[in-house]
Amino acid sequence: MVPANTELTYNSKIEGEVIVSTADAVINWIRSNSMWPMPMGLACCAIELMATAASRFDIARFGAEVMRFSPKQADVMIVAGTVTYKMSSALRRIYDQMAEPKWVIAMGACASTGGMYRSYAVLQGVDRIVPVDVYVSGCPPRPEALLDALIKLQQKVKREPSASKLLSA
Amino acid sequence: MPAVQDPITALKGRWAGVVDRASLDHPAIDVPATDLLAVLQALRDEHKFDMLVDVAGVDWGVEATPRFTVVYHLFATVKHGYIRVAAHCPDNAAPEVPSAAALWPGADWHEREAYDMYGIRFTGHPDLRRILMWDGYPHFPLRKDFPLAGIETELPDSEVVAETGTGAIAAPMMGGPFVASQGEINMSDAEPRAKDESWTERRPKPGA
Repeated sequence: MVPANTELTYNSKIEGEVIVSTADAVINWIRSNSMWPMPMGLACCAIELMATAASRFDIARFGAEVMRFSPKQADVMIVAGTVTYKMSSALRRIYDQMAEPKWVIAMGACASTGGMYRSYAVLQGVDRIVPVDVYVSGCPPRPEALLDALIKLQQKVKREPSASKLLSA
Repeated sequence: MPAVQDPITALKGRWAGVVDRASLDHPAIDVPATDLLAVLQALRDEHKFDMLVDVAGVDWGVEATPRFTVVYHLFATVKHGYIRVAAHCPDNAAPEVPSAAALWPGADWHEREAYDMYGIRFTGHPDLRRILMWDGYPHFPLRKDFPLAGIETELPDSEVVAETGTGAIAAPMMGGPFVASQGEINMSDAEPRAKDESWTERRPKPGA
């Protein structure tokens, strides 16, 4: 009878320098644990976004502390605030400059739906101009809510068929 | 403030068109658009109103004549007094007043905003472009005949429009406008919300 394996860690003496996994699991593990945000701070939600990045809430715990102000180095655009029609074209252009794979978090009521700004000047939800992965409710959302959104996005990324996407691209 | 009343008397003596304007706080005058620049310059140079605080536009309504008024607030930094100067735009269809940007450089952006929101043209302005809405926006949003929700309009960037197929839409009001309730201690009750929440996009307005 073979005894149950009680070792919690990988034993290189038994299995050698080899780990068996799926390509999706490896790629998604890498992607989801190092999501560099593009902080699209447009209104008061940006203050909460800054608080999320600061020491008390510390977005670094989830591998997303590297706020990149260049879209070319960012993975996830966090749209934090009211998107006016005048800004919407710039926002879409920044999104277009982000390298694949890329994701979008609509943070707060304004970015998600236009919020209380039912007006001639405000885009009624950023999903009208970029594809949104996670919506966060709140006006503004607390940092915990944004961290929750980031974790939800990580879970979503972990379910993506990354390898087949890469091969078909 | 008698120290500030004096300039009004002096101005009335020089320009027959200068008349008193109803005011609850500061001294105020109405000035014909043709005399506006001369009066403003006299206020600045002779009566020490050296600071232009604000330039505002007023739309009195589609039926009103004169429909558009431009209001200037001047402040005397040495005497600590305000004066309000209002000029009616003679033409309702193409409202126009002379620009004060040559007297106070700060008038530049104020006048651009008044032009952007009301369509009042400031003749002699060095760079009369829209300042809040994008160039090429066809409407003047603060006019009384413009709905708060807006009018369906194309976005400025044609490439983005081609990519996303989206444009500026009339915002769904959902029983709005969304306003905060005053005097609420409970924050969730004080949050901005529609006054009439009995109808939404999916549920039509009762009785409509």
